[in-house]
Order: sequence, then structure tokens, then C-alpha cells
Amino acid sequence: MEALDIARWQFGITTVYHFLMVPLTIGLGIVVAAMQTAWVRTGKEQYLRMTKFWGKLFLINFILGLATGLVQEFQFGMAWSEYSRFVGDVFGAPLALESLLAFFTESVFLGLWIFGWKRLPPKIHLACLWITTLASMLSAYFILAANSWMQHPVGVEMVDGRPVMNDIWAVLTNNTLLVAFPHTIFGAFAVAGGFLIGIAWYHLWKRRRDGIDTVDAKGNVVVGERPEIGRDKTDHSVWLRSLRIGAVVAMISFAGVAVSGDLQGKLMFEQQPMKMAAAEAACHDGTSFSVLSIGDPGAKNCEDVQTLVEIPGMLSFLANGDFDTEIRGVNTLLEQYQDAYGTHLPADEMYGANSGMEIDYTPNFAVTYWGFRIMIGFGGIAAVAAAFALWVVRKGTVPESKWLMRLAVFGILAPFGANSAGWIFTEMGRQPFVVAPNPTGSDGVFMFTAAAVSPGVSMAELLFSVIAFTVVYLALLIVEVRLLFKFVRGGVPAAMPDLLHGDDGGTGGLDSAGGDPDGSPGKKKGDVLDFAY
Amino acid sequence: MSLPLFWFIVIAFLWVGYLFLEGFDLGVGMLMKLMARNEKDRRVLLNTIGPVWDGNEVWLITVGAMTFAAFPMWYASLFSALYIPLVFVLMGLIFRAVSIEYRGKHDSDKWRNRWDWAHALGAFTAAFGVGAALGLTTTGLPLNENGDRVGGAFAWLTPYAVLGGLAVVAFCLIHACAFLMLKTDGEIRERAKRIVTRWLPVGILPLAAWAIIVQFMNGKVETLPLLVIAVVGAVLAWIYARRDRDGLSFISLGVFLVAGAATIFASMYPVVLPSTLDAAWNLTVENASASPYALKVMSWVALFGLPVVVLYQGWTYWVFRKRVTTEAIPAPHSFKNQ
Repeated sequence: MEALDIARWQFGITTVYHFLMVPLTIGLGIVVAAMQTAWVRTGKEQYLRMTKFWGKLFLINFILGLATGLVQEFQFGMAWSEYSRFVGDVFGAPLALESLLAFFTESVFLGLWIFGWKRLPPKIHLACLWITTLASMLSAYFILAANSWMQHPVGVEMVDGRPVMNDIWAVLTNNTLLVAFPHTIFGAFAVAGGFLIGIAWYHLWKRRRDGIDTVDAKGNVVVGERPEIGRDKTDHSVWLRSLRIGAVVAMISFAGVAVSGDLQGKLMFEQQPMKMAAAEAACHDGTSFSVLSIGDPGAKNCEDVQTLVEIPGMLSFLANGDFDTEIRGVNTLLEQYQDAYGTHLPADEMYGANSGMEIDYTPNFAVTYWGFRIMIGFGGIAAVAAAFALWVVRKGTVPESKWLMRLAVFGILAPFGANSAGWIFTEMGRQPFVVAPNPTGSDGVFMFTAAAVSPGVSMAELLFSVIAFTVVYLALLIVEVRLLFKFVRGGVPAAMPDLLHGDDGGTGGLDSAGGDPDGSPGKKKGDVLDFAY
Repeated sequence: MSLPLFWFIVIAFLWVGYLFLEGFDLGVGMLMKLMARNEKDRRVLLNTIGPVWDGNEVWLITVGAMTFAAFPMWYASLFSALYIPLVFVLMGLIFRAVSIEYRGKHDSDKWRNRWDWAHALGAFTAAFGVGAALGLTTTGLPLNENGDRVGGAFAWLTPYAVLGGLAVVAFCLIHACAFLMLKTDGEIRERAKRIVTRWLPVGILPLAAWAIIVQFMNGKVETLPLLVIAVVGAVLAWIYARRDRDGLSFISLGVFLVAGAATIFASMYPVVLPSTLDAAWNLTVENASASPYALKVMSWVALFGLPVVVLYQGWTYWVFRKRVTTEAIPAPHSFKNQ
């Protein structure tokens, strides 16, 4: 272990953790905005209930994404100061654009949405949520612009050994970015889809278990009512509709992920061929896609890899759209990389203990190979499950089976897994570069990760922070998940205290939220801030 | 005006905006444990900042990102040199944010009490750490010719760091009370008023001392009027508070902050981060800034973006302009899991 390894672990941990919250924020945000739109347009109570229930979960998750996002921005300067100095002229710009044009908007309008329920006119209140969610997507765009520049540097020229930006437009329309953005957004929708399916399934199942809903001879649901526990007929339609929305969202997003992922793969064969070769464990040049290869889990070289099952021609198809173009394998690429970027790190002070060390151009096979497969596999499983769910509920409810319900709930994790694996693959596959060279771009715009870490920061400092972040993040994750469970179990009444307390404007009880626009201003005395708490 | 100078002003503006807006958020956070006596008090305090704290915090994110974009060398040197204090700032901000959101999500006194502590300590840590970091960027760090800190993980721990930390914490507390005078009513407002009228002269002392030290370290006559304005602002804030002119008192305290911070920034110009080892290694607006092209792009963004942000953020304050009172606080929200 050295400072560099710890800094990399820290970046990996904090980023993957942050990206557990982000996709749910983006995907669920849009879904909740759509639900609220349906409520504002139709005035139907079920949509208000849906908005409040899913909105509550959205907020519980949002805050952790926000809190952990702070770390992301600070750690470039803290742990990676040489990197920040090297790329500052170009990399800082998208980050600054993100905070000024997207993050500000997101935060301010979210506050307006949370606290504006009874104060803003319904349409303006709804617009606040739309602005928030669109701003989170814009935020993703700028962050991906920064990341894509690391994957494929454009819009710069080298001046005195540093890349100097000469075209912001090129940075913001990087072809790597234009495919990464839809891929990430569809990935976020996949997460939201799975989340809706799992939770709605659980509630439909619970209603059957408790004997509220029954099934008639033809298999159609007979919806029952238990108003004393706040689970009346309207809630049935809340869950059924949520499940259907979730399934449709999941299936559409899988199609989007697949198409954008295919484009992204083709681009990557051009821009970072080594990453794709490692993802295939393709040591020698060829055309076959490996379905299963085995080797030493930490394998970093070709002798340890054995391919057991492969699909002939598939790899060429993924890379070029035909079946017989040979794809360069790791061995060929290794020579090309060594010719282009040298065999040893320069004997320079900036490389610290690594100066003069031999450069290892092959990323960790096990991580890239399995990262790639987990990403695709989990994504695919989620899509099939969504189609199954949509078919199962065609008569109005889910099967009695407890195991199917559990599968649906666990299934929530699959798209999360696919997202994390995708990020780990794309970032680890970039090694040993932190800024990967652009094969068609200006010469010399690349940086080895070994040179990027802060020279003035000691290993002890890094150890302190990585331990602190890991412990705090773990504790907060447990809190978040427990709160999500609590509010999921509580169902709609948990998100609508006025249902229980009857303190909403005098009509009282369960009907108060009704078709009556609960958002009309000046209806109530005082300022009750229920939704926020 | 040269672009690096323009950017120095933008960064200073963002810092002052952050201290002004988050000043009362963080102060109210600390007061959750210092001033509130019962659950209704705490809910009142929380509701005064509830709709706005998140937007206020983004000023810090933006000042970080803008520094990265416009002065990458400043960003890299400062953030890596202050590694440990910034970890604390981040932890503080994480706990503060999560506490506000999670405190009301479970109906139990123990649960709320824990999050209130997390909120108060988080706010304190963040305020102190930000103050220490700002104090050091004005007084200097042991940086070598590459801009890297020498002298180990605690080389930043100097009296100036402590002064900066205290200055921001004390200002936040007073500023928060002035804010509560404006935003609440009844008994809580009275208590806030008592704190302002008694403690204002003490609370602004460290910030004033810091401004004076930086002024004398760099010895510029041109910045003296700013210092005078700051003092006048503080005196007016105190007088208005005694006369129950809540709005004027709050604004005057704001004038103190703006003028005090302007004294500090203006007297250190053109240095952005002095090296205590050798003045030749100082980071200045010229040697720490990004290329002219990057600065030009960012200038357009800032000229368009900042006024828009100020406008819609201002609108939020307008929407939530009513005073928060205990009568508006509902019973704690609980539900049975079925």
C-alpha cells in the first residue's frame, strides 16, 4: 500500500457510494414529477397519494446524494492536487458550470417544492419539481462532460506541458459524452423502474395477505377496503399504477441502455481499445466474444486466462457491426501502447516512489471482465423481470407467493448493481491513465494516475480520511435504508400525515386530501410544514 | 479590468455570499443545542432555515468549483494543504444536511435529540473549518515552490487558523440571532434579541481582529475606509437591534460582514495564497489563474448565471417571508406500521 492506492480506494468508495443515490434521485425525480403532473391535470386523488408517497422516498434518498456530492468536488483538490493542477484549465469549467447552472437550481427549487405544498399555486409548485429534476439531469450532463474529458480529452492544446482549453464547445459536445449521457440517464431510469416495481409489488402482496383484496373465479382482483388502517380502495390503484409505470419505465430504459451502450462500446474500441480488450479477456487478436473466461481472480496477464465459452464473430459485431474484422487483443495493444507512451514512468520527482517504474498498461482483468458482465447481466435480468411483472398484474394484482414478492423486492438491487459495475468498469479500465490518451487528438494530452495524487498529502492523512468516510458512509447508508423500509411499510399514510391527524384545513379525516387542491394558497391558518417532516 | 482581477472579485463575492447566507443557517444549527428549550422551539428554528439552507450551501460548492476553474493552482494548493480540516468540514456538512432531513422522519425523542446534536456539531465543525481555511488563505501556509504544503499534516494549525475559525463561528451565532429576530415572533424572538443586544460586540470581535490583522500585514491605505464602514455597520446593527428594528439590524450586520470581508480580500490582493516560507512562492491572481480563454468562457457563464441565481434565490426568500411561530408547528408526525 502506498498513498496512491489509498487515494484510489477513497475515490472509488466515495464515488460508487455517491452513485448509489444519484440514479435514484434522477429517475425517481422525473417519475414523481410526472405523477404530480397527472394530479394537477386530473385532480384524481390517487395521483396525489402517489406523488406524496414516492416523493417522500425521493427526499430521503436525495439528501444523501447531495451530502456525498460535496466530497466529490472537494477531493480533486484534496487528494489529487497534481491532477487538479494539470487539468485545471479545462476540467474545472464543467464543474463550475454544474454548480452554477444546475446544482443551484436543483437545490433552491427543491426547497420550494418541499415547503411550498400549501403556499404556492399548484402549477407553480409543480413547476418547481420539474425544474429540480431537469436541473439534476443537467447536472449529470456537466459531470459527465468532465468525466468524458478524462476518458477522451478534446478541446485543448498542450502549452508548457499542460493542456490549455481552446474550445469549450468541443468539451461540451465530446462524442464520448454524447453517448455516456443517455447511457447514464437510461441507467437511472432503470433504477427507478425497479424501485417502483419492487415496492408496489410488496404492497399489492400485503393487501392480499391481509385479505383486503381477493381474486374472483376468473382471476380478476376484487378490491377491498380497510379505511381504519388507511388502506382504502384508492391505495390499490396507487400501487397497481405505480407497478405498471415502473415496469414500463424499466423496459424502455433497458432498450435505451442497450442502444446507447452499444454505441458507447463501439466508440470505446476506437478510443480505449485496451479497456475493451481487457473486458473481453481477449489476449490475442480475434473476432469472438467471450461468454465465460476463467483465470486467477487478480489476473493481470494473459497466461492466466482461459476462455471456456465464446460466441464467434460477436466481438467484431460489437466493435464494428460486422462479423469478421479482427479486433486487436491485449498482446498487440500492449506493444502499441509501449511504443506510443513508453515502457517506464519518467524518472521525475512528480512520480514519487513510482518514478522510473515499469508501466503496466493492462487494467485489472478480473475487474474489467466481470464488471462488464455484471453490468449487462443485471441490466438484462431487470428488464426481463419488468416484462414479467407487467404481464402478471394484467388482472389487477400480484400472485400470493411470498417468494415472488421477495424476488421483486430484492430485484430493486439489480439495476443498482449494474450501475455500480458499469462505473467501476469504465474507471478501472482507464488505468494506468487518469486522463486517457486520445488516439486521434492532440499529442501528449494524457496523465498517468501515478502522477496525479497530491504530493504534499501524507499516507496517514489519506488513511484517516478513507476510514472516516467509509465508516460514516456505512452508518448513513444503514440509516437511509432503515428509513426507506419504515416509510415503505407505512405506505401512503406515512407520507401524508394529514390522513391520520385530520388537521388539514378542517374537512378532516381521510377525505381531506381528496380532489380538493391541497396546494391552494391561503387556505389554512398558520404555516403547517407537514410534508417536510 | 483584467480577467484575473475580475475573477478574484467573483471569488470574493461568492465567499461573502456564502458567509452571509450560510452564516445564519450554520448559526441556527448551533443554536438548536444552545438556545432552543423544547421541541416547539427547535421546530421553529428548523423551519426558519428549512426551505433555504440547501440553496445557501451551494454557494460553497460554487466557490469551490469556480476556484478550480478560474484559479486551479489556488484550488489545488489550498485544498491539499488543508486536508485534515477540510475532511472535518465535509463531515460537518454531511451531518448537518442529513440531520435536517432525517430528524423528523421518526417520532422519538431520542432519535430527534441525536440528530439535533449531529446538526449542531456539524454546523459548528463546518463553520470553524471554513473559517480556519479562509483565515489561512489570507495569512499564508508553508508552501514550497510547487505550491505543496511542507511540515506535515498539522502544519496549518496556527493561531490564524484558530482566529479564522472563531471569527466565523462567532459571527454565525450573532448573525443567526439577528436572523431569528427577523424570522420569528414571540418568546423566541425576545431571546434572540437579548443575545444580539448583549453579545454582538463580543461576537464580531474575532472577525474584526482578523480584518485588522490582514489590513496591517499588507498595509494598504486604500482599504482603510472599508474597515471603517465595517465598524459603522456593526454599531448600527447593535443600535437597531435594541430599537426592535429587525430588518435594519440584520442588514447592518450584513454590511459589517461585506465590508469586513472586502477589507480582507482587498488588502491581500493580488496574492491569493501567501507562502510563509518564501514570498517568491506566493500564489497570486496572475500565476494561479487559468488561461485567458478559460477565464473568458467562465466570465460569460458567471455574468449570465450569477444574476439569475440571485434572482430566483431572492424569490425563495420572498415566498417564505412570513415569520415562523410556535402556533404554526403541528404535533410530531407519527404513523403505525401496518
